Amino acid sequence: MIELDREEPVSASPAARWEPRILAFCCNFCAYAAADLAGSKRMQYPVNVRIVHTPCTGKIEMEHILDAFEKGVDGILVAGCLEGGCHFLEGNLRARKHTGRIREILDEIGVGAERLKMVNLSAAMAPTFVERVHEIVETVRALGPSPLRPSNRKESAGEL
Amino acid sequence: MIVASPKSVTELKNLVASHRKVLFVGCGTCVTVCLAGGEREVGIASYAVRMARKIEGKPLELTQITIERQCENEFLKDLAEPAAKADAIVSFGCGAGVQAIAERFPGKPVYPALNTQFLGILEEQAVWTEKCLACGDCMLADFGGICPITRCAKRLLNGPCGGSTETKCEVGDGRPCAWQLIFNRLKSIDQLNRLETIVPPKDWRPSWHGSPRKIVREEHRV
Repeated sequence: MIELDREEPVSASPAARWEPRILAFCCNFCAYAAADLAGSKRMQYPVNVRIVHTPCTGKIEMEHILDAFEKGVDGILVAGCLEGGCHFLEGNLRARKHTGRIREILDEIGVGAERLKMVNLSAAMAPTFVERVHEIVETVRALGPSPLRPSNRKESAGEL
Repeated sequence: MIVASPKSVTELKNLVASHRKVLFVGCGTCVTVCLAGGEREVGIASYAVRMARKIEGKPLELTQITIERQCENEFLKDLAEPAAKADAIVSFGCGAGVQAIAERFPGKPVYPALNTQFLGILEEQAVWTEKCLACGDCMLADFGGICPITRCAKRLLNGPCGGSTETKCEVGDGRPCAWQLIFNRLKSIDQLNRLETIVPPKDWRPSWHGSPRKIVREEHRV
């Protein structure tokens, strides 16, 4: 579902040059516009984030997030409207429940719940968007590479 | 419908710990409706178990399929091909589905992915309540359509007990007193006179207490 095959240039020592790779699922009516505004205002935020434009955070299926983690992203930010401000009334509230369940699964399988975060903001809150991006990047940087990153796995295919 | 709840990812992972090629089988009937074992739930569980195994360094080759009904042999035909390629099968059906698959594929380990809970109804989105114990001798006509066998904590046939308080059962958890519900219901359909009859002890022979039940209806046999 999510194309993550385009890897960053790999150096001779990947561990030393590792940079977190973060996906940000941004709602069309708030976070995406806030990210756009941040760009217009020339606000700086880490380049580790790839933005995925979504019609509403309520439309992000749990499978989308799990698929991205399986393909090796290090962290995911789900950015939806302020509570009570969803264009579709309660899409962001549903997204919060979905992300909560996925966080439980991530903890249970050893990926770590901290790698997935949901935030709420409005289209005018460009500084908040930038701040949240900084936060998730720093959180994931502290956690290190995802254990599901292809280069990070100790796969021993052939023996069980 | 049959209501079930999913086992944890850790439990699922442990069930298939010794296998490398596994088939996850969803069921498109009751457990799809109760959001426990349908195509979506199989997909999410697959992601979780696959990732857990990757992290352990023991990748799992996982195939998913969801069939219309696991409890009917007719639909199990669709499993023949994927099952042949798998070391083990994990059924996301109710207990009947798991056993039907195990009977159909005697050479394959078959594991349950769900805990089958009860016969119930959907009260509201994602809330199910138990309504029937499948006792084999329905007495709902005597009680205005509310089953005291299932819904009274003491299974009283001549209730209520002295423990109910303001329409709530003393067992707690905010559950309503079944006998209060029965009274209200009989009153609304003008059949309160039914409460004047003492109901004799229930005949439990048609229930599962004797042995697993079997029904044969000759008029439909071919």
